[in-house]
Amino acid sequence: MVRSSLARPVAALFVFALLIAACGPSPRAVQGGLGGTVSVLATWGGDEQASFLAMVKPFEDQYGVKVQYEGTRDLNAILSTRVQGGNPPDVAGLPGPGQMSQFAKAGKLIDLGNVLDMNAMKDEYPESFLKLAQVDGKQVGIFIKAALKGPIWYNPKQFTAKGYAVPKTWDELITLSKKIADSGTTPWCIGFESAAASGWPGTDWLEDIVLRQSGPDVYDQWWQGTKKWTSPEIKKAWETFGTIIADPKMVLGGKNAMLATAFGDSGNPLFSNPPRCFLHHQASFITDFFTKANPSIKSGEDFNFFMTPDIDTKYAGAVTGAGDLFGMFKDTPQARALMNYLTTPAAQAIWVKRGGALSPDKKVTEYPDKISSDSAKALTSAKIFRFDASDLMPEAMNAAFWKAILDYTNDPTKLDSILASLDKVQADSYKK
Amino acid sequence: MNLSRRLGTLPTHVTIITVVLIWTIPTIATIVNSFRPPALVGTTGWWTAFLPPFAFTFENYERVLTTNNMGTSFLNSLTIVIPATFIPIAVAAIAAYAFAWMSFPLRNTLFLLLVGLIVVPLQVTLVPVLQAYQNLGLTGTFLAVWLAHTGYGLPFAIYLLRNFFGALPKDLFEAASIDGAGTLTTFFRLVLPLSVPALASITIFQFLWVWNDLLVALIFLGGAPDVAPLTVTVSNLVNSLGQDWQRLTAAAFISTALPLVVFLSLQRYFVRGILAGSVKG
Amino acid sequence: MIDRIPQVAAALVLPVAALVGYIVVAEWILHRLPERARPRVRPWVWIGPALAFVGFFLIAPAIETIFLSLMDATSTNFVGINNYVAVLSDSNVHIAIRNNLFWWIVFFTGFVLIDGLVIAVLADRVRYEGLAKSLIFLPQAISFVAAGTIWKFIYSYQPPGVEQTGTLNAITVFFGGDPQPWLTQAPTNNLLLIIVGVWAWAGFATVILSAALKGVPVELLEAARLDGASETMVFRQIVFPLLLPTITVVATTLVIFALKAFDVVYVMTNGNFDTEVLANRMYKEMFTARNYGRASAVAVLLLTGIVPVLIFNLRRFREQEAIR
Repeated sequence: MVRSSLARPVAALFVFALLIAACGPSPRAVQGGLGGTVSVLATWGGDEQASFLAMVKPFEDQYGVKVQYEGTRDLNAILSTRVQGGNPPDVAGLPGPGQMSQFAKAGKLIDLGNVLDMNAMKDEYPESFLKLAQVDGKQVGIFIKAALKGPIWYNPKQFTAKGYAVPKTWDELITLSKKIADSGTTPWCIGFESAAASGWPGTDWLEDIVLRQSGPDVYDQWWQGTKKWTSPEIKKAWETFGTIIADPKMVLGGKNAMLATAFGDSGNPLFSNPPRCFLHHQASFITDFFTKANPSIKSGEDFNFFMTPDIDTKYAGAVTGAGDLFGMFKDTPQARALMNYLTTPAAQAIWVKRGGALSPDKKVTEYPDKISSDSAKALTSAKIFRFDASDLMPEAMNAAFWKAILDYTNDPTKLDSILASLDKVQADSYKK
Repeated sequence: MNLSRRLGTLPTHVTIITVVLIWTIPTIATIVNSFRPPALVGTTGWWTAFLPPFAFTFENYERVLTTNNMGTSFLNSLTIVIPATFIPIAVAAIAAYAFAWMSFPLRNTLFLLLVGLIVVPLQVTLVPVLQAYQNLGLTGTFLAVWLAHTGYGLPFAIYLLRNFFGALPKDLFEAASIDGAGTLTTFFRLVLPLSVPALASITIFQFLWVWNDLLVALIFLGGAPDVAPLTVTVSNLVNSLGQDWQRLTAAAFISTALPLVVFLSLQRYFVRGILAGSVKG
Repeated sequence: MIDRIPQVAAALVLPVAALVGYIVVAEWILHRLPERARPRVRPWVWIGPALAFVGFFLIAPAIETIFLSLMDATSTNFVGINNYVAVLSDSNVHIAIRNNLFWWIVFFTGFVLIDGLVIAVLADRVRYEGLAKSLIFLPQAISFVAAGTIWKFIYSYQPPGVEQTGTLNAITVFFGGDPQPWLTQAPTNNLLLIIVGVWAWAGFATVILSAALKGVPVELLEAARLDGASETMVFRQIVFPLLLPTITVVATTLVIFALKAFDVVYVMTNGNFDTEVLANRMYKEMFTARNYGRASAVAVLLLTGIVPVLIFNLRRFREQEAIR
């Protein structure tokens, strides 16, 4: 009775769906070659997913291997559960080296030293990118795409109009900010909101400051958990950060806007008429957000970047970056072939050409526009290069860091208690 | 029947219409936004769409409908949802009947245990069940999700059905047993037909919850394109940084179509008076 | 693709047929037993499949969770009650417990119940009942991810002086106020999250209460009205008592959902700005910190929250049995 009334509409929809499905792509024939499938789990969706699939298509054609891509925004939960439950994907995109080392230490990642041509790798990749994906001397991950952190975006047309010059040192940057503030507009646009990861743009700020202010050794101790958050260097970095975000004249909309504005939207006031801000600190992938929300602006003319300037000349030319890491969970011939393919410059060039990604591979040289190639150059030729510290920390520390940014923005007077609770998390999460 | 009472009084109408309007505003806002170009959505409110310039676009829906795999995902969702709705209801119905009208030791304890199980968070069951599935070789099959949804849906279904089965008048059963009806006959010819509103309710809910499920499918079935349900494909319309979320809302409305059809077609079972006249025979 | 039809059809028909067959065969076997044994064996046959399913999918994992809560983060060493001590002294957990108890269990359940009841009863009297119920029910049909996106937009914030895109701030500004970053301001943000939950779940309550309402014998109502009883009296003396068992079911389920509240909070604030809830803490311990011991302890904490609910249900059963 219940069923018969459902049968008709359901049957109709069924037929409808069959018609759509029947018009879809036909199953791939296995060509002479490896055959089989390889499952890939990563967070990419939308355009990124399209880019990844485009990147692996030559691989599929060449080897006759079908790449089964599974995307999820909830990578932590899905990957942890599947690994724990005994059903890992063949290959997975790992959120960061911190995560990766947790899996490696638990023995879940395959040693890529036996899978990849390590000599070729040493040739193509900067040492830093290789080392970052190693745990206990074993290569357990590879970077297949990268991002530059630390660019400060500005509107060149507006700079020329107002007679502003690109600052070369941190002090010049602050002077410029004050100048803009005095002229009646807030100099900075900042937004921290990012769903479950809200706060991460602030961590990028802090990392840039720590690296340039206290140098790479302090930076390394910091992310490795041996430098306390309450230490004078780290506290100083937060206070420097505070000179910008704790001053309501410095940031558009003050703390309310910083906490409530999605990071992807927060740079748009650079292009409003008249502009409501002039400076935006964000990684290289923000350009896509700019152009989608403001279709008429042009790269290089309406937006360009300069790197976060040096703070202490001892540590001049310091740059932070990040990247998407791939690791292998199951040793199958298809997975091996895929991992090898993904490290080739030809493969990485495919995504790079589609835009929205940089490659850490020195042999990839063609970029779709000047800004991308400038970004890639800044990344691969940095004097002092460090990977995004929060991505290197254990997940729990990373999450606490994000939250601390939000708490600090909400009430900068609480800095000491915020740092103290970060120390507690540090003591707890680095144990394993 | 008194017509004026049937038509309701003015306060009734005002209350209902006000509540319904408030309820629908978020949905309307999103539908309107799904027809606007992304650049405008981020800078202007949805109500401005009704003022010049009237900038409407189908691009979001186009993108969604032409996304690779939409048809297959829809089919996969159907494949998952139909058995995962009817199996739990069948299992729940027979159990609920026993809890409602049979007496046995531990009946209340077991029933309370079942109710209590509603609170078990889904995440704590994933790893143990996945490990078991791995050992049984069920991972990645539709059977795995059908069984899982049955297990997860049973506590609430039994709770709900037992309530309705138990509300049936005792005299009915006495009359039936005097007439010589056995347990089976009573169940199939008496209890089920009289509980149609309840069965319709649980069908709607179970259908919905399975249709909108993402996690169970991802873990036990996997998100590979040939088996991914609509929820997985739709969630992949948004990239990892959250871009293109307006496609998500367009897709959400498209995927709401079928549940609404189900809901509307089951409305006819929410009729009163099924019991009317049956008491005195 | 085409091969999917027989698979689905089989998956639909076979299990249901199997169950019907199971019951029929079981009854047949029961009839082979002495008359006295039948009522003792029969119930177990009928609840058997259900017990098997929940045993495998829910009871066994729940028991395993209890054991895991006594082990360390990677589930290798026994640590006794250390996890519970850590969890119960975590200020985030205190905030979560407060939110679950106060905001979710009291306000969420209360609002949904009242809404559901009001709509079910009032819609019963109007011709456009189906349409009204469908519109209230529509949010249930929308997936949580989409609902989160929808409401994030309603609550979105632009600095003062800039055009507002969020509906709530547009209304605020229209009445002369300043736009507020609603989701980042405690304690109103909790209320706003509840509202999303109420919006999503009122349809659930309405459907169930409406189904129960249809079961109220019309003769009783007509008789009372003929006797001169006012609508309020009819409702209070006749309808409400008959609805009480169903209201118990709906309220119980809602309280349990309030305890488990996760999706809304996770998608909209991730527990930041004082909106934390237990399920989100469990999620963070499980998948971010990967501390299975503590995650299990939080889960057990959640489980204990239903004990009062179960006691309440037990009492109601006893009352109902007494009436029968």
